[in-house]
Amino acid sequence: MRKGITPLLWALFSAGGTVAALFYPIHLFLTGVAFPLGWVNPPRHETVLHWLRQPLFKIYFFVLISLPLFHWAHRFRYTLYDGLQIKHLTVLIVVLCYGSALLGTCLAAYTLWSIH
Amino acid sequence: MAETITLSVARYRPEIEPEPAFQDYRVPYRKDWVVLDALNYIKDNLDGSLSFRWSCRMGVCGSCGMMVNGTPKLTCAAFLSDYLPGPIRVEPLQYFPVVRDLVVDISDFLRKLHKVKPWIEREEEKPLAEGEYRQTPEQLDRYKQFSMCINCLLCYAACPIYGLEGSFVGPAAIALAQRYNLDSRDQGSRDRMETLSEQGGMWECTFVGECTKVCPKKVDPAGAIQQYKVATATQWFKSLLMPWGSK
Repeated sequence: MRKGITPLLWALFSAGGTVAALFYPIHLFLTGVAFPLGWVNPPRHETVLHWLRQPLFKIYFFVLISLPLFHWAHRFRYTLYDGLQIKHLTVLIVVLCYGSALLGTCLAAYTLWSIH
Repeated sequence: MAETITLSVARYRPEIEPEPAFQDYRVPYRKDWVVLDALNYIKDNLDGSLSFRWSCRMGVCGSCGMMVNGTPKLTCAAFLSDYLPGPIRVEPLQYFPVVRDLVVDISDFLRKLHKVKPWIEREEEKPLAEGEYRQTPEQLDRYKQFSMCINCLLCYAACPIYGLEGSFVGPAAIALAQRYNLDSRDQGSRDRMETLSEQGGMWECTFVGECTKVCPKKVDPAGAIQQYKVATATQWFKSLLMPWGSK
């Protein structure tokens, strides 16, 4: 396992961190501050739905949700290892962390692709 | 100006104390003195039994690293004036076994350093008659930063992963592996990547970044490790997409 998919897990972690750092501040600013305070007019529901029917938007949101989940999984795994010192539960932790990320990814894919 | 400052120094003499204990020394305070000067004052005037390593006094030899007020420092570069009014706590570098007083056993590091082959590896040496391996200034710049490492081990004492995982090869050894990987004369990068992909290698690093913060030579071991991870992950994807590629 070590030599096996560690580079893949790290690459997902790394890419997820980049995506989160670059795009999340924009989304948080818009949906958390600018829309509620009325600085920017929020798009109408139908408009957003229209966007989400476009494949490019689907891919964008899929990447926006999935990769940071893997970032979280990897980071949380090592937080549990080193922070709580429970490395002996490694199988459980790995399944729980990456499993959750995988589940979230599948849910995101299913939800995005079922918008017609 | 007859001011003094107190140094609280960790003592461990296995034949006297079963456990390390602190001993306080009052030394003259001088603006231009560093912690190493104060230790030498103690050694020369107050207590000749105090043991510590030092050599060059100018941040080149890397032998006077100690914990100063809990932070890994070269004591030849830690001015007393930065720790006023004292007392200054001086301890051996953490995570290493203590031999005596402030002297630590670094054989674990030396063993790991050797494992990453920190020298120029050639598949085949060219004949002497063909002259030296020449490099352009640009080729030198690629690895120069990592070659500044003086093996002072401050980065090991700063790395919580090294403290937790005894098997971790550690920041300086990985930075030095990278130093040779980036050297245009070297051909050993594949070997090193194999070694550093194993248990205890680069993947143990969780990018805490403390190694880079304490490095007195601005080597940036954390950066070297991240670069190494990118290179290894790229290699991984390549071998997945092109399994027939060179093994």
